[in-house]
Amino acid sequence: MPIQYYIAFASTLFCIGIVGVLTRRNAIIIFMCIELMLNAVNLLLVAFSKMHYASAVAAGNNLNAGIDGQLFVFFIMVVAAAEVSVGLAIIVMMYRNVHSVDVNFLNRLKN
Amino acid sequence: MNSLVYLIPLFPLAGFLINGLLRKSLSKWLIGVIGSTTILASFIVSLVLFFQVKSSGALPVDPLFTFINTDTFKIEFAFQVDQLSSLFLLIITGVGFLIHLYSSAYMHEEKPEHFGRYFAYLNLFVFSMLLLVLGANYVIMFIGWEGVGLCSYLLIGYWFKNNDYNYAAKKAFIMNRIGDLGFLLAVFWLLSKLGTVAYGEVFSQVSKLSPTDITGITVLLFVGAMGKSAQIPLYTWLPDAMAGPTPVSALIHAATMVTAGIYMVARSNALYSLSEITQHLIAIIGIATALLSATIAIKQNDIKKVLAYSTVSQLGYMFLGLGVGAYTGAVFHVMTHAFFKALLFLGAGSVIHAMHHEQDIRNMGGLKKYLPATHWTFLLACIAISGIPPFSGFFSKDEILAAAYAKNPVYWVLGVAGAAMTAFYMFRLYATTFLGTFRGTHDQEHHLHESPSAMTIPLIILAVLSVIGGFVGVPEVLGGHHLLHEFLSPVLTTEKEAELPHSTEYMLMGISVAIAAIAILIAVSRYSKKPELGEPEGFGKVLANKWYVDELYDNMIVKPLGALASALKNIVEKSGIDGLVNGVGRFVQYSSRQLRLLQSGQVGGYILFMVLSIVVLFLLFWNQVVITNFLQKIF
Repeated sequence: MPIQYYIAFASTLFCIGIVGVLTRRNAIIIFMCIELMLNAVNLLLVAFSKMHYASAVAAGNNLNAGIDGQLFVFFIMVVAAAEVSVGLAIIVMMYRNVHSVDVNFLNRLKN
Repeated sequence: MNSLVYLIPLFPLAGFLINGLLRKSLSKWLIGVIGSTTILASFIVSLVLFFQVKSSGALPVDPLFTFINTDTFKIEFAFQVDQLSSLFLLIITGVGFLIHLYSSAYMHEEKPEHFGRYFAYLNLFVFSMLLLVLGANYVIMFIGWEGVGLCSYLLIGYWFKNNDYNYAAKKAFIMNRIGDLGFLLAVFWLLSKLGTVAYGEVFSQVSKLSPTDITGITVLLFVGAMGKSAQIPLYTWLPDAMAGPTPVSALIHAATMVTAGIYMVARSNALYSLSEITQHLIAIIGIATALLSATIAIKQNDIKKVLAYSTVSQLGYMFLGLGVGAYTGAVFHVMTHAFFKALLFLGAGSVIHAMHHEQDIRNMGGLKKYLPATHWTFLLACIAISGIPPFSGFFSKDEILAAAYAKNPVYWVLGVAGAAMTAFYMFRLYATTFLGTFRGTHDQEHHLHESPSAMTIPLIILAVLSVIGGFVGVPEVLGGHHLLHEFLSPVLTTEKEAELPHSTEYMLMGISVAIAAIAILIAVSRYSKKPELGEPEGFGKVLANKWYVDELYDNMIVKPLGALASALKNIVEKSGIDGLVNGVGRFVQYSSRQLRLLQSGQVGGYILFMVLSIVVLFLLFWNQVVITNFLQKIF
C-alpha cells in the first residue's frame, strides 16, 4: 500500500483526536482523544519505518534502516502507559472531589 | 598708581557686601554711613584719577586677569581710564554719593533690614555702573550693562509687596533684555569679524570691517542703547520705573543706567562716525523720542511721571547730539542733565516726603512758603533744564542744537519745539506745585515741613552744580573756551563740524532762548493761579494716556504672545504632548485589558490557541521558501 494512505489515515486520526480534545468536556473522552493522537503518531512512525526499510532492502544496503522509528513507538507506548496511569488517577481524584468529570468545571486557573 | 583704579569699583562692592550680608544686625545709622562713605571714597579716588588724566592723558591699567581664553580670541578682565571714563566716573560717584546721602534721610521710615537691602542694592547699582564705564572692552561693559539692568529691577521692585511695582520692575527688566540682545549680537559680530572686543584694538582695526558690518554692529549696539537709555520703541519702562523709591529714580535717571547708552555710543564713536545710516537712525529716533515724550509730559499729573518723561525727552536730545556727530555735546548734556535731573528728582522726593507720599501735583500748590530750600533749588533746576542762560542746561542743549542745525535745519526746528515744550511742562510742574494756594488736606498742610539737612544739602550742592556746571563748555561764539571739548578730544572724534557763522549761532541761540522764555511765561501765568485740576479731555486725554503706547504694545505684542502661549498650552501641550504621553499609557492599558480576556481559565480555549498556533507555524514553515523570497525582495 502506498505511504500516502497511511499518512492520510494517521492525519485523520490525529485531527479527530484534536477535535475531540477541543470540543468534548468529558475528561475521559478527552483522555481517549489524546490516546488517539498518540496512536496516530505511532502509526505514522511505523509506516515510515516500514517504508524506509523497504527502500533500503530494494537498494541492497543497511538492513537496519527504519529501526529507530519503531523504537520510538515503544517509547511512546511506555510514556502513554505512564500518562494513562497518572491521568486516570487524576480523573478519579477529580470525581471524588467534585462528583463530575467535566473539565470545564475546573476553570479555577481563571483570575 | 594703576591699582588706584581698582579701588573705585571695590568700595561700592564692599559696601554692597557689608550692607547686604549684615543688614539684619547693623543699625540704620551705620548702614547709611557705610552706604554713603563707600561712594564718597570712590568719588575721592575718581577725583584723583581725573586730575591725573587731565594732566597726563589716559592712564594705562594692567588687566586684572584673563576672563575668557580660547584658541581664537582672548578677553581680558581689564579696566581703562581715559578722559571719557574719568568724566563718567565723576558723574556717577559724585551724583551717586549725593543720592546716597539723601537716601539715608529719605528712607528713614524703612525697617533696618529693608534699609540695609536698599543700600546694598544702591551700592551694587553704582558698582555695576562703574564696571560699565571702567571696562576696557565690550564684554566687561556688558557685565556692567547687565548689572545695572538687574539692579534697576531690584530697586524698582523694592517695595515688592505691591504687585504693580513688581510689574513695573519686570517691565523694566524685560525691555532692557530686548535691548541687551542687540548689544550681545553686536559683540558676537565684532568677535567673529575682528576676533577682539577691546576698545583700542577694535577702533584701530575698523578699516578691516566692511560698511555692512559697521552698520550692522552699530545698529545692534544702538538697539542695546535703546533699551538702556529708553528710546523709542523701548522707552516705556522708564516712566514706570517711578515705582521705586524717589532717590532710586534720581539714580537711574541722572547718574547711572540711562546714561549707559550714551556712554556706549560715545565710546564707540569711532565706529559710529563711519556709518552714515546709523547716525541718521540715531538722530531720527532721538528727536522723535524727545518730541513724543515731551508731549506726554505736558499732561502728566504725577510729579515723578513728568520728570520721567522729561528724562526720556532729554535722552532723546543726547541721542540727537550723538546722531549729528556732536559727541562732546551729548556727553556734556549727560553731565549737566545729571546735575539738574538728580536735583529735580531729589526735590520731588523732598516734596513727596513733606506731603506724606502724595505724588499728584493737583493736590499740591503753594508749597513755596513751606519748603523754601526745596523750592529754590527746584526752581533753579527748572530754569537749567529749560535752557535759559547762563544755567548749565543752556550750554549743553545749545551745543547739541547748533550741531543739529549744521547737519540739518529740520532737526534744529524740531529740537527747538521740544525745548519749548520742555520749558513749558517743567514750569507747569513748578507752578502747579509751588505757586498758587495749597490744595491738599488740612492734615497734610499741618504736617508740611522742610526736609532734614541730609536731604537739603545734596539739593543745594546739586543746585550750585546745575547753575555753574555749564561753564566748562562755553562755546567760542560767546567768547568762552570749551574746556570739556578740549578735555575729551583725545577720545571723541571731532567731526568736521561745519563751522557756523557767528551771526547764525547768535540767531539760533536767541530764537531757542526766546521760545523757551515765552513757554515759561505762558506756563507760569497759566498754571500759577488756576491749575488744571480736572481730567483732561480731547487731545489732552490722548497725551495724558501717553499716546496709548502702552495699550498699543499690550495689544500688539503682549496679548498676541499671551494668546500664542495659551494656544500652545491648551492645544499643543494638552492634546499634543500630553495626548501622546497619555495615549501611550492608555493604549497599553486598553490592549492589556483586551488581552486579559484571553486568559479565560478554560483549558479548552488554551488548547485551541495552542493548536491554532501550531497550525500557523506549520503553514509558515511549509511556505518557508515563499517567505524567504518575500523577505529578500523587500529588504
